[in-house]
Amino acid sequence: MAEECCATGSGQNGVTMILSCSGGSNVGQLANQAAVELTQEGCGKMFCLAGIGGHLSGFVQSAKDVDRLVVLDGCEIGCSKAILDHLEIPMTTYLVLTEELGIEKNKDFNLKREEIEKVKEIAKKAGKMTRTESGATGSVCCA
Amino acid sequence: MEVKILGPGCPKCEQTEKVVKEAIQEAGIEAKVEKVKDAVDIASYGVFGTPAVVIDGEVKCVGKIPKKEDVLKWIQK
Repeated sequence: MAEECCATGSGQNGVTMILSCSGGSNVGQLANQAAVELTQEGCGKMFCLAGIGGHLSGFVQSAKDVDRLVVLDGCEIGCSKAILDHLEIPMTTYLVLTEELGIEKNKDFNLKREEIEKVKEIAKKAGKMTRTESGATGSVCCA
Repeated sequence: MEVKILGPGCPKCEQTEKVVKEAIQEAGIEAKVEKVKDAVDIASYGVFGTPAVVIDGEVKCVGKIPKKEDVLKWIQK
């Protein structure tokens, strides 16, 4: 329990927060699915963009205080970035999937496995994310 | 003033409580300080991790021990 208490935030055990859009398009859902799988693989912890957008203080302060923040937007409209810029929350790494993957945004929700894996690969590299020993699967706020 | 320290109990949480109480004493402010240890209760604040400090319902600090000067700013606003 002590380890989990000290497992987030600053210091050598700091965890990467992952925020992604979950928009109504293939790229929005690719971003979301990549964030889910990166969390399951222990490369970081997905957090709640909606809570931040709703100006709920716990979510906003968490994003401001985290050591590393990786943000995935599906397309160049950049909704995730707009939310964070509005609240002056700095991002460590920011990726726009239409630009990174060069894929066209559409309404096909049948996500391609190879595209999910590509997003994860790009995110891990850009965000310098590696799997932690604990293989963390969730934050305290999701307990 | 109502102050809550969120954390299941570890050296960082205890140090956070110490810093907060020292700041309150130094400021001479009347405040009720409560430690929130239950995971479900902590989750209700929407924080990414612990320790966390909540002052009058607003989360001020998450995942680290705050500096006393920061706590003083929060409670003297």
